[in-house]
Amino acid sequence: MDKYISVPLDDAVAASLEAGDYVYLTGTIYTARDAAHKRMSEALAEGRSLPFEMKNNVIYYMGPSPARTGRPIGSAGPTTSTRMDKYTPALLDLGLKGMIGKGKRTQEVREAVVRNGAVYFAAVGGAGALLSRSIISSQVIAYDDLGTEAVRKLEVKDFPVIVVMDARGNDLYETAVRKYCKE
Amino acid sequence: MRTIAVSEITGNIKEMCIEANYFLSEDMKRAIQEAAAVEEAPLGRQILEQLEENLKIAGEDRIPICQDTGMAVVFLEVGQDVHFEGGILEDAVHEGVRQGYIEGFLRKSVVKDPICRENTKDNTPAVIHYTIVPGDKVRITVAPKGFGSENMSRIFMLKPADGIEGVKNAVLTAVKDAGPNACPPMVVGVGIGGTFEKCALMAKHALTRPVDSHSPIEYVRELERELLEKINRSGIGPGGLGGSTTALAVNIETYPTHIAGLPVAVNICCHVNRHAVRVL
Repeated sequence: MDKYISVPLDDAVAASLEAGDYVYLTGTIYTARDAAHKRMSEALAEGRSLPFEMKNNVIYYMGPSPARTGRPIGSAGPTTSTRMDKYTPALLDLGLKGMIGKGKRTQEVREAVVRNGAVYFAAVGGAGALLSRSIISSQVIAYDDLGTEAVRKLEVKDFPVIVVMDARGNDLYETAVRKYCKE
Repeated sequence: MRTIAVSEITGNIKEMCIEANYFLSEDMKRAIQEAAAVEEAPLGRQILEQLEENLKIAGEDRIPICQDTGMAVVFLEVGQDVHFEGGILEDAVHEGVRQGYIEGFLRKSVVKDPICRENTKDNTPAVIHYTIVPGDKVRITVAPKGFGSENMSRIFMLKPADGIEGVKNAVLTAVKDAGPNACPPMVVGVGIGGTFEKCALMAKHALTRPVDSHSPIEYVRELERELLEKINRSGIGPGGLGGSTTALAVNIETYPTHIAGLPVAVNICCHVNRHAVRVL
């Protein structure tokens, strides 16, 4: 089912989403991938603040290619989420409400998603040129020295994603593949 | 003897890095288009159509097809009658990659050391594979390799007794484990035989073969066909979200091996299977 929602997400909207929903996101999201997650994890361990509030926010696992002059961003598709799994439960427990990436998550992440009523979305991997058209603006807000891995604040309009894991822990990767498996 | 200035290598590699990242080869485009026409799953069809749209936008906007513009893998087949002048060949290749990734607005994804992980900021160095061949030409293949799929690649040191069934199991295991992480529909490069490193290199090289071509060896051709069919019955589908298009092709290369071994390497590539080829 197609849904249009705004981000950040609140509990009620997150709870209303179901694995398999095709969702268009409009509003503000933040990027962070491997190196930024490592730094955020170190910051938490040392009692320092994070580059942005986790509560109700959505992290996009993405490191863009450089923008041409006059464009907000370069190619901007998802990276593989599982590399962030080690760091994710702690962020979910701080109120992180959504993640956009691609690929399977660990059982620990699934439990943290359910425990916190969060949602895991997939964007289409390798469609970075198409997805860039739904990003209106991009601003580096932390870890600038990490280059493509810096934390960016993105304004998005009708950014297309699919709910892969809903707040009940249903996983589209498991159910859809079973449906089309012919073995 | 033919003399080639290394600056010519630099210039060509620069252009090829950019070209490969903005434009997918015709065989890959056709394969995605054909898959969209036969995909069973409605969501799978929608994703394949988005991939076609994505290729169109990349060409129009001159923006990389995928933000992971890869680590540059360069195959250099150098004719033994060629003499290079004006510098060091290897430096010329890295310089071409450096210029291409900077001038082409491509992502800088390479870190200087695997543990210290400081970005080199120009995507160098490339990974270069040289072959000396007869003649006075230089054939250059630039294949920028993304790591979503690279991370899901595997090597299996099978026993001779495992035979062809063992090979099939190895390939299917690698593909199923890769699942949605490798951005299906994938292209599967397989190397069978040789040694530990030789089979990996064959698997990588197999990815540069057009996806609508087939092995000249009859049993290998049949194995490619059978594996592709089995992979597409797995249900993984486009984006790993279910469907009948999990792979666009299985390309296999083989080489003689040792009486005691049966090495098999499976190099998985996403649907952005990039390769540009030029002959100088």
